[in-house]
Amino acid sequence: MANYKMHLLVCGGTGCRASQSDQLFENLKNTIAEKGLANDVQVITTGCFGFCEKGPIVKVMPDNTFYTQVAPQDASEIVNEHIIKGRKVNRLLYINPETEEHIADSKHMGFYRKQLRIALRNCGFIDPENINEYIARDGYAALAKCLSEMTPQQVIEEMKKSGLRGRGGGGFPTGMKWDITSQSKADQKYVVCNADEGDPGAFMDRSIMEGDPHSVIEAMAICGYCIGASKGLVYIRAEYPLAVERLKIAMEQARQMGLLGDNIFGTSFNFDIEIRYGAGAFVCGEETALIHSMEGLRGEPTMKPPFPSVSGYMQAPTNVNNVETFANVPVIINKGAEWFASIGTEKSKGTKVFALAGKINNVGLIEVPMGTTLREVIFEIGGGIKGGKKFKAVQTGGPSGGCLTEKHLDIAIDFDSLTAAGSMMGSGGMIVMDEDDCMVSMAKFYLDFTVEESCGKCAPCRVGNKRLNEKLEKICSGKGTREDIDLLRNLSHVIKDASLCGLGQTSPNPVLSTIDNFYDEYIAHVVDKRCPSGQCKALLQYHINPDNCVGCTACARNCPVNAITGERKQVHHIDQSTCIKCGACMEKCKFNAVFIK
Amino acid sequence: MEKIKSLADLKKIKADVEGKMNLRERSENPEQLVQIKVAMATCGIASGAKAVMDQLIQTLDKQQIPAVVTQTGCMGYCYAEPTIEVKKPGSEPVVFGYVDAAKADEIVEKYIKNNELVDGIIPVNYENIERK
Amino acid sequence: MEMINLKIDNKNVQVEKGTTILNAAKSIGIKIPTLCYLHLHDFNITNKPAGCRICVVEVKGRRNLAPACATECVEGMEINTHNIRVVNARKTVLELILSDHPADCLICAKSGDCELQTLAQELGVREIPYQGEQSIYRKDTSPAIIRDVDKCIMCRRCEMMCNQVQSVGALSAVNRGFMSVVAPAFEMNLEDSVCTYCGQCVAVCPTGALTEVDNTNNVIRALADPTKTVVVQTAPAVRAALGEEFGFEAGSLVTGKMVSALRTLGFDKVFDTDFSADLTIMEEGTELLDRISRHLKGDKNVKLPILTSCCPGWVNFFEHQFPEMKEIPSTARSPQQMFGAIAKTYLAQKLGVERENLIVVSIMPCLAKKYECQREEFSTNGNPDVDFSISTRELARLIKQSNIDFNALPEEDFDSPMGESTGAGVIFGTTGGVIEAATRTAYEVFTGKKLENVEFHQLRGMEWIREAEVDFDGTTIKIGIAHGLGNARKLLEDIKKGKSHFHAIEIMACPGGCIGGGGQPLHHGNTEILKARQRAIYREDENKTIRKSHENPYIQQLYAEFLGKPMSEKAHHLLHTHYFDKKSNGEHHDK
Repeated sequence: MANYKMHLLVCGGTGCRASQSDQLFENLKNTIAEKGLANDVQVITTGCFGFCEKGPIVKVMPDNTFYTQVAPQDASEIVNEHIIKGRKVNRLLYINPETEEHIADSKHMGFYRKQLRIALRNCGFIDPENINEYIARDGYAALAKCLSEMTPQQVIEEMKKSGLRGRGGGGFPTGMKWDITSQSKADQKYVVCNADEGDPGAFMDRSIMEGDPHSVIEAMAICGYCIGASKGLVYIRAEYPLAVERLKIAMEQARQMGLLGDNIFGTSFNFDIEIRYGAGAFVCGEETALIHSMEGLRGEPTMKPPFPSVSGYMQAPTNVNNVETFANVPVIINKGAEWFASIGTEKSKGTKVFALAGKINNVGLIEVPMGTTLREVIFEIGGGIKGGKKFKAVQTGGPSGGCLTEKHLDIAIDFDSLTAAGSMMGSGGMIVMDEDDCMVSMAKFYLDFTVEESCGKCAPCRVGNKRLNEKLEKICSGKGTREDIDLLRNLSHVIKDASLCGLGQTSPNPVLSTIDNFYDEYIAHVVDKRCPSGQCKALLQYHINPDNCVGCTACARNCPVNAITGERKQVHHIDQSTCIKCGACMEKCKFNAVFIK
Repeated sequence: MEKIKSLADLKKIKADVEGKMNLRERSENPEQLVQIKVAMATCGIASGAKAVMDQLIQTLDKQQIPAVVTQTGCMGYCYAEPTIEVKKPGSEPVVFGYVDAAKADEIVEKYIKNNELVDGIIPVNYENIERK
Repeated sequence: MEMINLKIDNKNVQVEKGTTILNAAKSIGIKIPTLCYLHLHDFNITNKPAGCRICVVEVKGRRNLAPACATECVEGMEINTHNIRVVNARKTVLELILSDHPADCLICAKSGDCELQTLAQELGVREIPYQGEQSIYRKDTSPAIIRDVDKCIMCRRCEMMCNQVQSVGALSAVNRGFMSVVAPAFEMNLEDSVCTYCGQCVAVCPTGALTEVDNTNNVIRALADPTKTVVVQTAPAVRAALGEEFGFEAGSLVTGKMVSALRTLGFDKVFDTDFSADLTIMEEGTELLDRISRHLKGDKNVKLPILTSCCPGWVNFFEHQFPEMKEIPSTARSPQQMFGAIAKTYLAQKLGVERENLIVVSIMPCLAKKYECQREEFSTNGNPDVDFSISTRELARLIKQSNIDFNALPEEDFDSPMGESTGAGVIFGTTGGVIEAATRTAYEVFTGKKLENVEFHQLRGMEWIREAEVDFDGTTIKIGIAHGLGNARKLLEDIKKGKSHFHAIEIMACPGGCIGGGGQPLHHGNTEILKARQRAIYREDENKTIRKSHENPYIQQLYAEFLGKPMSEKAHHLLHTHYFDKKSNGEHHDK
């Protein structure tokens, strides 16, 4: 009989798996068995810890040691040193970038210190493939409470009181949505979980499904109870195989324990869930497009009203919520709406998960109370800008959001404050840019994405975004004019004003917010034909520093287009109109005289 | 797998599985719990520290005392092995020497539960690096 | 009825709940421009994907502009349809659409009849500031329809017709974003798809993306060839619509002028498809009576209901979608093909012309006829019974390019013998007409009594699916009628399930029947035009002295001189056909 004294939690999220965490898991298990410790030490695969920058992660319980960047071959050292001899493996501990101290306990790491994990409560803590571990953490207690002690209307009221708003980007009050769907009269209704996470860089939904699939299943059942639906559908992208696998296992376990199926908890409530696969179209995150895709139709949005709560999947009333929204629900029921509403800001309650990416030290997944400032997120949790560079901007809300700058850093993040600042919450993507990033290129990067992901149904989005992208390309390649900036502005406003769905209504945001916040940079591109950050290759200029040039003629001899002139032992000169920016001169110069401007 | 047919069923399963998770739950917030470190270097293991640790875990579990039992390296009291360090919330850690299974139970019963003194306390003569 | 009060451009307006902003505005004389929107009132067909965004208006309090066609009025709404924000957005969106549209208006088949062109003109677009890459696609030419989808603006009207109305499913949006376009699945050729060539996509396309295959040059060449004798047949629905191309009011009958124009064009003989429509009734009616009589006598093997087979779009439809039921429709060929078969045998003999030197041209309201006349089974030694089929629109172009002042033409009569017809042949041009014509003859043959009132009003109308019972002197004959292939599908599904109680069913592929065919002058969504054409058809019938096919003296003569009797061996050879399974074969093999 095993009497575990120690648990080793190995991250089994997609990110860590890509760095061989599954092999690491095997090695740890085998080494422990070899040492005869199989009954003393349990090795468990968990969901994502969030600190993906430093994955694969191994956490040792109960002494709460947090190992980072662990390779499969580190397994024996961890077992021999830490487990057998009780000595922590120092080289695998996280190093505080400021003090350069090793930190063993994750609680003392800046990355975790300011976090409050509600939606991610079980990620990196339980084995997602073991329903018992979920139950041990109050799993399915909320469903039991709803079914045995509360009427659907009471649950809805509780949800309303909690102030929970949709985490997929819309920010619509969840309780109100449930209420509206519950009032639609129909024989069949549906609960749909939107797991079609599409923002570039955002992966909170994937992590929740990989790390805590039961929380979504439980919440969907609660929602079904409230709105009167016996069927749930999870629309998940086929590119998330691990999430699909874990979800399937979880559903099967829930069915075996009678937590899905007929007469749940001995009541007359029946509920079961099916999985529907998406092919990864961004626009299918839009709820009407998602529903059409599930119906086997082309994944494109239709006009609202009618809202899905009135006429959704197969024309039946349908409640669509996002994964992260659902993950909050069981906690709200267990701990009460008041507890939840005490967290966050006046109009945005609870926490929000963000995916930190870009030029930031601690890339990963974090969850903070609404109202945390951008500065706290970027500099404390995120550990500041990589390589000690200067912070320039942060793009929130993915391709639909806008970029925020230094002056916005003390904004307390919530749905309304971000919108007021010209960006949005979106699904929680946060991409940080430093001084080396060109804001015109950044806008173009997002437009590349929206052009690719537009469904093509409405003209402003289909053609307009393409034209925006072309104009940005023109500016980046040095052919832009001031008039192009005006056209960009007008076009952006029209696309926002006239597009059918949220994709087109927000796709010009990166353009508008970069024009607003970095107008000088646009002017530099179109008037001075210069890219201040040096990212736009076509706008680079090679120059010769007269102080360093000795007139060796090496550059002139190697220039393939004879753009360099100068007498021997005289300072040389590059003719900008001839230069093709190949960089050969710079490479050949032994005196560091060639520089880029 | 047994079907869960009522809230009571769920609670029963929870009670059954909770124990297995306690180790993790407690280590999230060890400051509020009794923390026991068992010195498990070569010297400790040779003198039976492993049995002591097993005994402690079992007794604490049985008595339902929320505690975190971890192993640690050699504390330097090789002459007194097996040694354990017990830290109750809000008090300074205390190190006991020559602990065996019976002694372990006594420590739990007297010191941990009733705050009575137990023989065998070794005066602390160094600063723990983690407490700096 | 709940009424709603709102303000549009500062004018108060009261409308019924559920009214769109577009219609509310229309009710007070405000014409909001539209592009993708299409509403065929009498058929209850609406296309409003809200995709073009041309009809956007400002609704006070809303963040974005709202599409007027798809937004319902709400109490207290304040709407502005033409402030600078709205006009700028509308014009910018149009400029965007035009920036991805070939600017070859001068040589486009739709020029002058193009809704996009008209809109650009009305909104005064003079330059396109958002030039850029254009989406370019492969051109696709099928036997009947040309797809030049560089000109597709994603209005989705064709897709709606093909799927919701026709239930054919040949066209749908493919690709994403900038490269989105309406096309057959996997962008295969239309010819390889399940397309029936009904041409309803062409009939509603606002631009030049979908047009008919133009055969006018072939006709001009044939007419110019001195070795050829060129005869022409004109379908009944053509005379009820051709006038629209020359400024006549919808519903004007221009039979005489049309005949005159064709003669002026140089056709050696101007005949009438109505003649062969009468012939169709003889064959199809006889087959119908034969099946019903055997059924009434208790023959369990007889296949009922019998389905009409004169509509080539419909024939293509069941060959593709219900091949297992290909024994049910009548084996009678369509009037176009009966005409061709008789012309190239009986008439050629009479005129003393070799089959190879006789060219048969048909003027049809239809695009599927172009494909039908190319079917291998309708040719002898590679020489087709009907050489070229051109649509009403093509005929209008032919007349215009030949310097003929249509309005000034005298009224002339068809030639003999194949230009003589009855009122029964005329009504083939509208939904319900074929079965009414068949009933007129079948009644007299079945009962042996004279039919006093030839008008069966219970068979007429515009409802999608109609049912009627006709009393054949004590025997009740149950008749079903469907137009629009989606409605045909419903009746076919019933037959498949054994739920159909009809003896005979008439099916027309196009809404309204041939008057609404894919080759007719464009109605641009105005169904009043279709109704006017239908009235014209019945007027033509009323004006005929002979209104029953079997009383047509030239038909009687044809049987006496050449065919023997209906369903004779010769008739079978020339006037009947068989059908193919296009579902399992992919395409048909005449083996």
